[in-house]
Amino acid sequence: MPHRTFFWFILPTALAMILFIGLPIVSSFFQSLHIENEQVLMEVENCDPFGCTTNVRVDVEATEKIEAENPLGRFNGFGTYIDRNHLAFDEIREAWDNTSTVGEFKDIVLNLPFYKALLFTLTFCFAVTPPVIVLGFIVALSVNTLAKKLKGFIVFGTILPMIVTPLIGSLVLFWMIDSQGIIGASIQILFDDPNLSLKASSNLTWITLIIYGIWHNTPFAFVVFYAALQTVPQDPLEAAFIDGASRFERVRFIVIPHLYPVATFIMLICLMDNFRVFEPIIGFSAEGVAQSLSWMIYQDLRNENKMLFGSAGATSMLTILGIAFLLTPVLIRTWKEFKTER
Amino acid sequence: MKKLIISLLISFASTSVFAGSHSPCGVTSGSINILANEFTTYRIFMDEVKSCAGPDADFNVTHSVDHNKLQVAALSANPAEFSAKLVTNGSITPLMNDGLIRPLDDLVAKYGSNLNDNQKITIDGKIYAVAFMANAQHLWYRESILNDLGIAVPSTYEEVIAAAEKIKAAGVMENPYAGAFKSGWNLGQEFVNMYLGHGGEFFKSGSAQPNVNNEKGVAALNMIKKLTELSNPDFLTQDTNAVKEEWESGNVALMHVWNSGAASLLDDEGDQNIKADTRLAPSPTVGGGDKPATTLWWDGIAIATNTSDENAEASFRALVGAASSTDLANNNPNATVWLIKGYTPGDTAGPVVDAASRGTTPYPSFPHMSLMHGALSTELVEFLQGNESAEKALADVEAAYIAKATEQGFL
Amino acid sequence: MNQTINKYSKQIIIVNSIFILFWLTISIFPFIWTLWGSFKVKADFFSRADWTYALSGFNTLIETGATTTIKAYLESWTEGEFGRATMNTMIVTVSVVSISLFLGTLGAYALSRSTFKYTFYILIIALVFRAMPHITLVSGYLFPFFQLNIWGILPTTIIVLVAINQPFTLWLLYSFFKTVPKELDESALIDGCSYFQAFRYIIMPVMWPGVVTAGLFSMMLAYNDFTVTALLLNQHNYTMVPKINAYLGTVEYGGNYMWAVSSVVSATAPLFMIIWFFQRQLISGLTAGAVKG
Repeated sequence: MPHRTFFWFILPTALAMILFIGLPIVSSFFQSLHIENEQVLMEVENCDPFGCTTNVRVDVEATEKIEAENPLGRFNGFGTYIDRNHLAFDEIREAWDNTSTVGEFKDIVLNLPFYKALLFTLTFCFAVTPPVIVLGFIVALSVNTLAKKLKGFIVFGTILPMIVTPLIGSLVLFWMIDSQGIIGASIQILFDDPNLSLKASSNLTWITLIIYGIWHNTPFAFVVFYAALQTVPQDPLEAAFIDGASRFERVRFIVIPHLYPVATFIMLICLMDNFRVFEPIIGFSAEGVAQSLSWMIYQDLRNENKMLFGSAGATSMLTILGIAFLLTPVLIRTWKEFKTER
Repeated sequence: MKKLIISLLISFASTSVFAGSHSPCGVTSGSINILANEFTTYRIFMDEVKSCAGPDADFNVTHSVDHNKLQVAALSANPAEFSAKLVTNGSITPLMNDGLIRPLDDLVAKYGSNLNDNQKITIDGKIYAVAFMANAQHLWYRESILNDLGIAVPSTYEEVIAAAEKIKAAGVMENPYAGAFKSGWNLGQEFVNMYLGHGGEFFKSGSAQPNVNNEKGVAALNMIKKLTELSNPDFLTQDTNAVKEEWESGNVALMHVWNSGAASLLDDEGDQNIKADTRLAPSPTVGGGDKPATTLWWDGIAIATNTSDENAEASFRALVGAASSTDLANNNPNATVWLIKGYTPGDTAGPVVDAASRGTTPYPSFPHMSLMHGALSTELVEFLQGNESAEKALADVEAAYIAKATEQGFL
Repeated sequence: MNQTINKYSKQIIIVNSIFILFWLTISIFPFIWTLWGSFKVKADFFSRADWTYALSGFNTLIETGATTTIKAYLESWTEGEFGRATMNTMIVTVSVVSISLFLGTLGAYALSRSTFKYTFYILIIALVFRAMPHITLVSGYLFPFFQLNIWGILPTTIIVLVAINQPFTLWLLYSFFKTVPKELDESALIDGCSYFQAFRYIIMPVMWPGVVTAGLFSMMLAYNDFTVTALLLNQHNYTMVPKINAYLGTVEYGGNYMWAVSSVVSATAPLFMIIWFFQRQLISGLTAGAVKG
C-alpha cells in the first residue's frame, strides 16, 4: 500500500490515540521531571463554628508570582523517580551499608512502598496468567466436545465473569468471603477453624485476590481458545486418528502447536492487564496487605485532596517500562514473524 | 401601564417586607451550578437550595463521590465549570491554596442577615465559606449489654478498653469493639483523632516539617493497636459502612463512628431490638487529656472565584437561603447537626454539641495536612499487623510525607 | 470420518460433564446469588449474623411482610433516577462501538496491507499506549477539559473511551484482516478500484464476523467503564456504573446498598441479552481470524 493511502487510512485512529493517549503520556513524563514551585506560607487567624485559631495558609499572591515566573514548576530531573516513594535509591544504599544479612536487607527493601507494590504486582501477574491460559484451554476443549444444542447456553454462562463490571463483581464476592458470608463460613467449616478469616491474614488475602484474578480472566482466554479450536485443520487430525494416535496425543501434537500463536496473543493481553491489577484491590478492600503499582497511582491521584501529578506520572512511566520489559520476549517473536511475512 | 403598576407594587412589597436586607430566594438571573459530595443530608440540603432558587432559576447540581478530585481542576478553569462548591474543613484548603474561592463579605452583608455568626468561616479576616452543618465521630454503645455487666458508660479510651475486655471475658461477644480501621483514609483519620486526643501537633510550629514520631504518636498508635485487638480480625478492611453492618448484626457493643450515621443506624430497617438498645455517648478522652479524641468537621458553601459576579450572586443567594432556613433544620432535626439559626437539636445531636463545647480540635486545615493524612493512610498498616514497631511506622510516615511535601513545594 | 473422530468414550463424556458443571457453578453462582439477593432487604443480603438469612429472607419478612420485595428496584428506578443512567449508557455504548469500529477497521486494514517497517512500529506504539494506566490518563484530562469547557458532556466521554480502546481494537482487527487473503483486494485494485472502494465493497463484507467480535469487546468496555465515566461526566450525564457507585455512598456516610445491588441486576440483564444474541457471532467471528495472534 502506498504511503499516501496508508496515511489517510491510519489518520483517524492515529489522531485519536495521539491526542488522548500519546500527548498525555508525554505530558505525564514532563510533569514527572518537575516538582511544584515553593509554596509561600503565612500565618493567619481562622474562625469557624468551633472558635478561632491561628493557622497557616498558602500566601496566594506570593505563590502566584513565583508560579508566573516558572509555570512548569522546578526542574527536578529524575529526582521524583528515585525518591523514597518510588525507586528509593538513597534508602536502598543505606540499607545495603547497614545490614549484615540478606534477610535484613530484603526486609528493609520490601518495606519501601514501590518495592512492596512491585512484589505484589509481579506475584499476581505470574500467579494468574499461566492458570488462566491452562484453564481457558481446558474449558474450551471441554465445551468443544459438547452437543451443539448445549453449547450456546454454556458459552454464555462461561463468559459471565468477564462481562460484569469488576466494581460490583468484587463487591458481591467480598461479602461472600466475609467470615459470616457463605463462602467464608463454608471454608471455616471445611477447615474446622471458627476463627479463620480470609480477610485478616495477608497470605490468605493474596490467595483470594489471585483466585479472583483467575476467575475474572479465564473467560477471555476461553473465548479466544474456543474460537481458535474451530480453525484447527481436520486433515492432520484424521490422519493421526487413522495412525492410531490417542486422543491425548492428538491434542498434544496437533491441536496445541496450532494454538501456539493464540496462546501468545492471550499471554500478551493477560500479562499486560494483570500487571496493571487494581480494581480487585479496591473491591476486596485489600489495600492494607496488597498494593500494586496501579494502586499507588490511584493513591496519588484520588486519595489526596490534591492530585500529585508528578509522583503519579513517575509511577506510570515505571509501569510502562515494566510492561515493556515483560513483553519483550513476546514482541521479539512477533518481530521475527513480521519479518518473515514480508 | 397596568403592567408597570403591578411590577412597581411587587417591587415595593418585596422591599418593604424585607426592609434592611434582601431576600435571598427567588433567583431570576444568573446560572447556578453546584459541585457537592454524594450523601443523603446533602440531597436534603440541595432540595431546599433548589426550592429557594425558585422555578425560574437555571439550576444544576452534580453530586459526586470524587468531588475532591474534580474541584481544583473544575474551579481553575475560567469561567469555572461550577459556580459553587460544598466544602468541609478538610476540602477547603486546596481551594484556598490556589485562590479558587472568593471572599463573601459583601454577599453576606447583602443576603446573610439570618446567619449565625459562627456559620461564617473567616480566614485572615475575610469570610470564605458559610457553614451549615457539623459532624464528628463519637462513641456508640449497647445499653443493655453495659447494664447487664454493670459497666458505666466509658468516658476515656482506657475505660473503653476495660469495658470491652469485660464484655469479651463474660463471653457475650468475641469482638466487642469496632471502629473504621480500614487501611486508607479511615485508618489515617483514626490516628488523627487519637493523636490530637493525646495533645499532639502534626507539624513543627509555623512550618511544614512533620512532627508525629514522638511519645504522643507512639502512645496514640499503641492505643489504636489495643482497640484493634478487641475488634473483628478483619478490622483493616472495615470502613464506616462495614462497622455499621457489624453493629446492626449485633456483633459489637461499643463503636466510634460518625454522628451522621445516626439517621441510618436508628431507622426502621433491620433488627429493631438492637436499634432500640443503641445509645450515643460523647467521644472519650485518652491518656489523661481533657479534649475528646475526635475531630470536629463543618460542611459549608463556597463560591468560585472564576465565575461571573452575576452567577456568584445567584448561587450564593440560593445556597445561603437554604443555609439560613430554620424550616429545613427543624423539619429534619435528626438528619445531621445543623448550625442554622433557630435549630432545635434532635435527639442525636448531643455528642457533637458536647464535643464542640469541650474544645475538641477541628480537623486541621493546614495546606499540607492532606499529604500527612495520605502518608498516615498507608504507612501504619504494618504496625497494626505486628510486623514493625510503632517508632518504625511513624518514621515511615514522616519519610513518606517528606517525599510528597517536597514534590508539592512545601519543604 | 468426522463422526468417528468426534466420538467420545463414556468416561470422557462423564468426566467432561462433571468438569463443565463444576466450572459453570463457579462462574454463574455469584450472579444467581446477586439476583436472588436483590429481592431481599439489606439486613439479609449483607447479613453479618448468618448468611442463610439471604436465602430465607428472615429480615425481609419482618420489614416488608413477605420474603421477597421489589422495593429496591422501584426506588432505584424512581427516586434513584436509574432510567436516565440507562439512557446515557445506551447512547455512550452505541456511539463508542460504532466510532471505534469505524476508526479501527480503517486503521487495521491499512496496517495489514502495508509491508513497510513502520507498520510494526505503529503496532508496538499502540501496545505501549495500552500499557498506560487509565487513571493517570483520565486525571490528566481534567484540567484541559475544564479549560475548554467540554467536561461533563457525553461526546467527550465517548471520544475518550474510543481512544482508550483503540489499541486493543486495532490489534484485534489487524489479526482478522491478516487472515483475509491479499489476493482478494489486489484483484479488485487491478480492476480499477481505489483502496477505499476495495476496502468498502470487497473486504468489509467478508469481515463482518470479525467486526462483530471487536464490537462486542468495545461494547463491554463502554458498558462497564468506571474510571473514565466517574470522573468525566456530570450528574445529569452519569451512566449506569458511576450511578451505581454513587448509590454505595462515601466514607463518612452510608449509601443505599440494595439500590446498588438491584441496579447491578438491572444493568446486567440487557448485557446478558445482547451477549446471548451475539455470542454466536462472537465465536464464529473469532474463528474467522483474531486467533492468528
